[in-house]
Parts: sequence; structure tokens; C-alpha cells
Amino acid sequence: MSTGPLLAVRDLAVVIGGRHILHGVDLDVAPSGVTALLGRNGAGKTTTVRGVLGLVPRTGSVRFLGEETVRLPTHALVRRGIGYAPEDRGVFAALTVAENLRLAERPGAGEPAYGLVHELFPELKARAKQLAGTLSGGQQQMVAIGRTLLNGNRLIIADEPTKGLAPKVVTEVAQVLERAAQAAPVLLVEQNLAMVRRLAEHCVVLADGRTAHRGPAAGLLADPEATRRLLGVGRRGTARPEEHLMAPHDNQAARPAGPAADNGKAGA
Amino acid sequence: MSTVVLLAVTGLGLGALYFLVASGLSLIFGLMDVLNFAHGALLSVGAYATWWAADGHLPGAGSGGPGFVLAVCFGTAVGTVAAMVLELALIRPLYDRPREQVLATVGVGLAVPALLSAIWGPDARPFPGPAALSGTFGLLGAHIPVNRLVLIGAAAAVLVALRLFLGGTRHGLVVRAGVEDRAMVTALGIDVRRAFTLVFAIGGAAAALGGALGGLYYGSVDPGQGTSLLIFAFVVVVMGGMGSVAGAALAAVGVGLVQQFANYYTASGLGDLAVVVLLAALLLLKPRGITGRLA
Amino acid sequence: MTTATPAREAATAGDVAAPAGTLRRYGRWWPAVALVALFAAPYSSLPLPGLLDGPIGSAGSLQLLALCLVFGALATGYDLLLGRTGLLSFGHALYFAAGSYATELIMVEAGLPFAVSAVLGLCCGVALAAALGSVALRVGGIAFSMVTLAFAQAGSILVERDPGGVTGGEEGRAIPADKLPSSLAGIGNTANLYWIALAYLVLTLAVVHWAVRSPTGRVWEGIKENERRVEVLGLRPYGFKLVAFVLAGALAAVGGIVHLLLTGGATPQTTTSDFTLSLLVMVVLGGSGSRWGPLVGGVLYTWADHRLGDLAGSETVSGLPSFLRVPLSQPLFLLGALFVVMVVALPGGLTRLPARLRPVLTAGQRRVAARERP
Repeated sequence: MSTGPLLAVRDLAVVIGGRHILHGVDLDVAPSGVTALLGRNGAGKTTTVRGVLGLVPRTGSVRFLGEETVRLPTHALVRRGIGYAPEDRGVFAALTVAENLRLAERPGAGEPAYGLVHELFPELKARAKQLAGTLSGGQQQMVAIGRTLLNGNRLIIADEPTKGLAPKVVTEVAQVLERAAQAAPVLLVEQNLAMVRRLAEHCVVLADGRTAHRGPAAGLLADPEATRRLLGVGRRGTARPEEHLMAPHDNQAARPAGPAADNGKAGA
Repeated sequence: MSTVVLLAVTGLGLGALYFLVASGLSLIFGLMDVLNFAHGALLSVGAYATWWAADGHLPGAGSGGPGFVLAVCFGTAVGTVAAMVLELALIRPLYDRPREQVLATVGVGLAVPALLSAIWGPDARPFPGPAALSGTFGLLGAHIPVNRLVLIGAAAAVLVALRLFLGGTRHGLVVRAGVEDRAMVTALGIDVRRAFTLVFAIGGAAAALGGALGGLYYGSVDPGQGTSLLIFAFVVVVMGGMGSVAGAALAAVGVGLVQQFANYYTASGLGDLAVVVLLAALLLLKPRGITGRLA
Repeated sequence: MTTATPAREAATAGDVAAPAGTLRRYGRWWPAVALVALFAAPYSSLPLPGLLDGPIGSAGSLQLLALCLVFGALATGYDLLLGRTGLLSFGHALYFAAGSYATELIMVEAGLPFAVSAVLGLCCGVALAAALGSVALRVGGIAFSMVTLAFAQAGSILVERDPGGVTGGEEGRAIPADKLPSSLAGIGNTANLYWIALAYLVLTLAVVHWAVRSPTGRVWEGIKENERRVEVLGLRPYGFKLVAFVLAGALAAVGGIVHLLLTGGATPQTTTSDFTLSLLVMVVLGGSGSRWGPLVGGVLYTWADHRLGDLAGSETVSGLPSFLRVPLSQPLFLLGALFVVMVVALPGGLTRLPARLRPVLTAGQRRVAARERP
């Protein structure tokens, strides 16, 4: 196995509806552990993830496992071993929990690891026949993360998995991600710096659609000046910025509506 | 009383025909956001292929018994293939241009009936059918044409088959998930485009079957048959909710019955008018039902 | 827009540039030249074999030319919705038919003179467009298309069922000859009708040209590009879309009145959804959103529809092998197929064709030039 980065993104640019959302993002995901993708609201974190996956039109270079994938359609890239838990959790509300998980199975790519998923989330087993739309936010997040763990993926991408969850559930999610990171490296988009401090070894910081900083996570978080400059926290002299749960997770500006969705709302 | 029974069964038969058209239309729209204006043309293709086969052009097929069943199967198969060709050749190259997709189906919807009338003439052709299906039977004092029952039976079978497919197979699961969030399905590593071709094939098969059996119902085929059914199928689709097969079934029965009874008991044509106005009213009252994620 | 010629391409062509520049200077006047030529057409006895049956000035040719102009203008007006505001209406035929039927009814049943009836008929068309448009525009996207389709279909059913004998059902309503001013009746006055059709075209082109350049027109463009951005600017798209809908409806109603004169009656075919769809085909064929595209599409479609129909009955075609004869006998098949090809392969329509070919041609020229250089 090569020692280079598992995922290497170079000069990723995304233009949606004539607007440049990303100008040139560089990003490496280490072959092990958690890499955090940080940045203020609207910096382009979610767009970066969607661009990597090809869910939005993008240019640049995306190398996964040493292979250039920027021309691959989303499903083909994902089948090379990526589990993706999107920002809005992407749970199919009209399908049951079991069906949501079944959808993530990849026929012909090994046995799905239901044992692991049910061990981590016993609740999903109990609620297998429940419609996912009737679950609580935390339970839906479990479905979303459960789907990424089913396939022995080489990389797990989790986009703000703690967004809008109660503190107790946040801790649970952190535990699960810690566990998941032992099996496969994780690219974690996160606003909650306590989570980052606890989980991440490396971090990439975006600002205005560009990579602003790359390095060890601990180094960044230990430097209050850099934290304030790059992430905009601790401005009011908070003694421990890393414990500060960043207030409203309103990421509307950063969330690009696809062209179709864009037209849909315009037409409605 | 016998009039009511006759009207009810005829309305159900019409509803069955609507369901066969609308079920595919609804799935296609729900999954792909494509309002398929060529769906009526698929019905016509099925009707003409069945007529052609039953008229003695296909060896083994004919107007009686097993020969007719073979003709219907042939018609359905031709409609299925036509739908798949339509999806692969015209819809697929236009995936990122939703407006053009609709326009392309409009063009096909115009061209196919014109082609049919160029080949077989613009006038209605008498539709052959087994003698057993051309008779009537008595029900509560009414003489009911047997072909109504055939239509109702076929629609019920299609409904059950679709429910089984959607609920019990992986492809069905992908279709149901895709109706909700297409992008997320691809992000789970599934090539959703294969599901697109699949729903077109299913929709084409159902519509072509509707065409084949509609020939029995009307007693003839003409090039414009499918197109004139299309607008009523739209009503059914909107009423039943996009992407919902069960909804389409309920709405189809409702529309068929309302139309029959209103046309009989009030001025002729008022039923048709009522249904069309109902379409406008429904869309205006619950626009979210259709525009939620639409270009 | 489609008429703009990139200057750099002329420059690369080297010595060709000078005549091209002169051409372009005169080229700017071609609409006026075309208008004069069209105006003078009834005086011409030039035969156009293949294109027209008789000489240009003959009654039959003028009738066909006039129809071409009417539908060209109608398509131009329809493109206010489709190409300028981004509204896909499937019910535009309704307002055309409304102008036609209302004028005929008022003239014949109320006994009013033609001019008064025409004004009242136009008012009916505008009122109908305003009423139905204000309802249909409450929804957007494909729902709007379907609501307009439903309204038009309701109109079509009404006309066909002939309530109280008012619409004449499938026969339509013919104008009794004595009801029209003598200058507009009879085959000898086809030239007058032709000029009316030409006037309608000029009116439509002028109105559309003026409207899309007005401040409202710029908002339409914004709505077409991105409706939400217009909302962000604090404008309510609904009102602007309604203006476009009513204006297009009014132009269609005038077209209906001209068509009534031209064909001597109101026909139920003009109420059908197929008629609206053929409008759509005309616009897309020629080039939606361009100044001349819908006109070109409308003229070509109407001409092809009539001439191919005549051709189908002719001996040349009936002698052809069936794989050629069958499609040729149905103009709608050819036009529908052409439309599909246009949608898939040539977005922008026929009027974009020169602009799309130019890079190919210039590249060819350049290659030739490079080869000739020692």
C-alpha cells in the first residue's frame, strides 16, 4: 500500500449558476485517522465535499487511492470505497430504517457488515421497520453513519454529523466516529471544535473557497490567534475556544443547490 | 339500477385504462422530473403493434384465444422497447437540461401519431379480438361488455406487480429512494440512470398494454387515441401524487367514474370538462405536490 | 443575439474583410428591404416553382404567404413567454381562438360592424388571458404548463361540444360573406388580407422589440435566468410574468382575428393543444429567445405544413418507394422529428445555425490558407 495521501484534491474549483463557489481547494486525507475540514460558515466546506464526490460540477484534480477520479460519475467513485454521510443526513424519509441500510449495500462487493452497524447502533435494529422520516435527528444521523459503515469503505466522509443534535447525542456520535476511524480514515466537516480536538489529527481550513491552512489539528487549536483568524472563534476573549460550541449552524450560504434544485425553487 | 351498474363498470374500465397510462407517467415523473408527453404515443405504439400482430402479420398471433394473447404480449413488448429507446436516445443526452427533456417528449408525442397515420392512415381501424371478449354478461340486470373486465383485471394485475416490484426488489427500492432524493442514491454508489431506463421500460410496458386492451375497449385503433388519453392521465398523476402508484390507482378509479357519470347524467362532455378543470384546481391548491423539486 | 457577428473572425479572414464590412453595413438594412419586398409581393407575378404553386401575386400564393406571416407573428408573440420570460405555456392557442371566435360571434350574433367586433374580440382575448393568467401564474415550473394545458383543453372541449349551438362544434363558424366590409371579402381581395397579415407581423415584431428592451423586459430576462435573484432584488416576479402573459395573449388574440379574416371563419382546430404544441415547435425550430428565430420557425413550419401536404398528394411522391413516401405524406412527422433533432442537437434553433457553422468554416479556411502558404 502506498504511503501517500488516501485522497488528494488539487485546485478544486466549483462554479454554480455563474458564481464561483470554490476557487482552488487543496486537500489531503491521510491514510489513517481523522482529517478535519474546517472554516467559517460559507467558506465552502460542504461544496468541497460535494465537489469531491461529483455531486456538483467541478474542475481540478481528485485522486482517490492514487487514481484520478474527477471525470468519474458519483456512483462510480463511491463504489471505489467511499461512505458519505451528508450534511442534511440524506435519509430517505419514506423508506424504513432497514430499507435505508439495504440501499447502501453494494451487491458484489462483499458481505454488508450489519454486525458492526447493529453493535454500534442497537437502536437501528430495534427500529428496523420504522419509517426513517419519523426518527429523531440523532437517530437519523445514526442511519446516515450506519450506511457508511456497512461496506468496508476505504474512506468515510461525514459532513457536520453533530449539527443540530443534543449534547448527549453529540458525545455518542463522537464515540462512533472514533470507532469508525479505526476501520477507515475519516474526512470530517465540523464546526464543533470540541469534536475536532477530540477526534482529528490533521486539519484543513478553508476561507472564501480556498485552502487557507493545512497542518496538524492540535497545533492549530493550541494557537488561539490562528484559531481566531481562521475560524473566527474566540473573538470575545473566550478562554478556551476549543470548548466553544459554535453557535447557529446556519450553513445555508455554503450549501449549493444543484442546478436542478436551483431552477426548481426559481420556478416554484 | 342497471344503468348505474353499467356506468360504474364502464367507469372502472376507463379508470383501468387511465391507470395503465398514469402509473408509468407517475413513476417517470417522480423519479426523473420528466413529464413524458410521449407517453400517449407509447400507448398508440402498443395498440398498433397489437393490432398489426392480431391482424395476421405475426406468425402464431391472431384474433382468437391464445393468438390474441400472443398479439397483446407482442404489443406490450414493442411498447417497452420503444420506451427504452426513447429514454436512451433522447432523454439521457439531455439529463442536465430538464426543459429540453420535456420538449423532446413533446416532439415525439407529435411525430409518432403522425407516423402511425402515415403508415396506416388517419382513420380508425377496427380492432380484432377474441369472440369470447366481445360479448356481454349480466350483472344486476345490466349487460356489461366483457372487455371492461379484461381491462380492470389487467390494471389490477399491473398494480399488484408494481407494488411487489417496488416493495420487494432492490431495483424497486432504488426507484422509491430515487423519487425522494436522486443525488443521494448516486452518493450511495448506485447508478441511478439504470433505474431511469427501467422506469421508462415499465411505464412503456404498462402504457402499451393499455393500448392493446384499449383497442378492445374502443373496438378500434386510431393514431390520436393515446394523445387524447394523455391529458386525463395527467389529471390522475397529479391527483394521485407524483411517484405514487397506489395514489395513481385510486385517482384513476375516481376520475373514470366521475367522467362516466357526469357525462351520462349531465350534458355530454361536462364530465371531461369537470376532470380538466379539476386538474387546474388541484395544481393550484397544492402546487407543492408537483413543483416541490421541479425545474 | 443572433445577428451579431464577431469582428475577430472577419479579421482572421484577411483580405475578405473589406467586402464583408461593406456587406455588414448594408446588411443592417435587410429588415427594411425585406419589409418592402413583402409589401410589394402582391404586385409581383414572379413564379417560385417548388416553393409556391402559382406566381407570388396569385390569390393562392398570397393566402399561403399571409398564413405564414400570421403564424410567424404568432410564434414571435408566444416567444415572449417561452424565450423571454421562461414560461412554458401549453395553452396559448386558447387566446388565439378566443380572439377568433369572439369577433365572429359579436359580428354575426350582435350584428356589429367588423371593426367594432374586432376591438371587442381583442378585449375578450385580453380579459381571458388576464383572468386565466392570474390564476395559472400562482404556480411555477411544470405545474404552470399543466394548468395552462388544462385551461386550453377545457376551452377545446367547450368549443367541440358546442353548447347551445354557439361555437358550431366541429364545423366551426364561418363568416357570412355579407357581414364583412366588401374590401375584405372575396378571393379578389386576398391582397388586402395579405397586407393585414403583414401589418400584424410588423405590429408584433415592434411590440416584442419594444417590450423586451423596456425595463419590464429586463426583469423578464432576470426571471428567465433566475427567478429567485429577481425576488432578492425586491421585485415581485408574479406581476411581471402576468404582464408578459397578457401581452402575449393580446398579440395572439389579434392573430386570431387576422386568421378569422384570412380563412373566412373560426375553426375548432385552433383551440386544440396540438395547435399550441405546433407553436412550440415553430419557436424552438427557429430559435427561442432570438429576434427573428420564432418568425423564421413560424414561416417555415406553416409553409412546410402546407406545401408538404400538397406534395404528399402529388404524383412525384405517390410514385416513391414506401420508406420515402410514408414519412413525406405526413408533414407533422417530419416537423416533429426535425423538432426533436433540433432540441437534442441544435439548441438555439435554425437562426443559431450560421453562428454555429462559422467557427467550423473559418477553421477550414484557415487550414486551407495554411496549406497554401509556402
